[in-house]
Amino acid sequence: MEAILSVRNLTRVFSRKGKERFTAVKHVSFDLMPGECLGIIGESGSGKTTLINMITRLLDATEGQIILDGEEITNLSGKALRKVYASMQMVFQTPTESFDPRCRLGDGIGESLRNAGRSRADTKTEAARLLEECGLPAEFAERYPHQVSGGQCQRAAIARALAIRPKILICDEATSALDVTIQKEILELLNRLRREKGTDLSILFICHDIALVQQFCDRVLVMYHGEIVEEGTPDNVIRNPQNDYTKRLIDSIL
Amino acid sequence: MSEPTVRIQKVRRDTLKIRLIVFGTLAALLLIGSIFSEHLTPYDPYLQDLMNTKAPPSAEHPFGTDRYGRDMLSRVIVGSRTSIFSTLLLVTIITVTGTVVGVFCGWHGKWTDTLLMRISDMFLAFPGLVFALAVAGVLGGGLHNAIIALAAISWPKYARIARSQTLAQKETAWMKAVKLSGSGTGKIILKHILPNIIGPILVTSMLDIGTMMMELAGLSFLGLGAKPPTAEWGSMMSDTRSLLATAPWVTLAPGVAIFVSVMIFNLLGDTVRDWADPKMRGR
Repeated sequence: MEAILSVRNLTRVFSRKGKERFTAVKHVSFDLMPGECLGIIGESGSGKTTLINMITRLLDATEGQIILDGEEITNLSGKALRKVYASMQMVFQTPTESFDPRCRLGDGIGESLRNAGRSRADTKTEAARLLEECGLPAEFAERYPHQVSGGQCQRAAIARALAIRPKILICDEATSALDVTIQKEILELLNRLRREKGTDLSILFICHDIALVQQFCDRVLVMYHGEIVEEGTPDNVIRNPQNDYTKRLIDSIL
Repeated sequence: MSEPTVRIQKVRRDTLKIRLIVFGTLAALLLIGSIFSEHLTPYDPYLQDLMNTKAPPSAEHPFGTDRYGRDMLSRVIVGSRTSIFSTLLLVTIITVTGTVVGVFCGWHGKWTDTLLMRISDMFLAFPGLVFALAVAGVLGGGLHNAIIALAAISWPKYARIARSQTLAQKETAWMKAVKLSGSGTGKIILKHILPNIIGPILVTSMLDIGTMMMELAGLSFLGLGAKPPTAEWGSMMSDTRSLLATAPWVTLAPGVAIFVSVMIFNLLGDTVRDWADPKMRGR
């Protein structure tokens, strides 16, 4: 089976006026298979966010390639780049802050559809359907982000990410800002979506909680200081950690 | 079953609506009044009556007469057009110019940002009125040139505000989400950035209406703005300062007119800002 997303040798160096070079991500390579849920785990500052910012092209890569569904997207810009976002969407860590405070949730959810040329009425029904799919009443489309709770807002964010029917869903610590019971609900929602969509939806699940990753992911990458130090199924990684950092990570929760 | 919670925001929303209607109407009345000011005057504002100079307020002349015996009420009414319209024009020009430059700088960054911001620093570094004097001196007197001169020195403030606000919005999490939705730069700026930065800009421009009215008056006083006998509130005040002790109404009448109109625009500005913010609009 062909990988839906391939990352090859991806590197990002931050430099300030030529000096003080800092390599946030070092030669990272991995493949994401259709229908797979790949966890990326690592402590704060390990380069997880830089990595996904490069994958979503919100940040330019210093070196390396990103291949989405057979097409290289590393250097795309403008219209061609905007097209890429039809197959790649993201759910953010902070639900409320991930919606424009001046726009209703429905507008946020429908924006990608409107940009894809769908009519206003069509978008509205689709937004209502998506909200219901994600376990919220359709009336939430009329609300502003500050009028709903964090968990509800994250459901709306998932609805927004699914609107354009992407092949890849990137969850950047999507549950970290929520309390544990809500966290569980959101995971259940993601699990249900995975079951329903099958191989049509692959998930890149960025997290710093190894227990969550074990529950949710098929495969896990462990990042440390910008490098992938370990790779495997969550169970293997947890039972038989090879790397010092992974060992410490697992010790820390036991 | 417990009682449902009553939300206080409901009440505040209603006062907001009322405020919007009241101040909006007042501002509209002021504008309409100044458009038709020539037809609203009880006397000819330029007609001199030298037998009846510096007459105190009376039934015939509610605001009294000035040193040439001209009816002050008529002059204040006629002066509204010059004062209000030139001020609004000026404030509109600087708000739009400053915002466009600021958003462009904040969004685009790089060398254009540096260049435009250094230019705006240059304008900010000049003592405003001196620069306006120089511009008005080069271009010659007259209200048009006074507006150009004041616009040239006043836009950087708006560029600064718009730039910093744009930079702040650019770094938000929702900006990433909006980019991921495939929206182009134009749509992002018009639909997402402008609504989020317009609040502080609007308030600044409303507050500037008063300042600009006075600065235009200052230039008029120096002979670089409205020329006598044109009725303009600022120059009417400046011209008659010496009469403050003997015939205070001549100075106070245009002063009160400035005060009232500035007040109305400020209150309207505050209300519009509150109304534009969904967080203030109740739940």
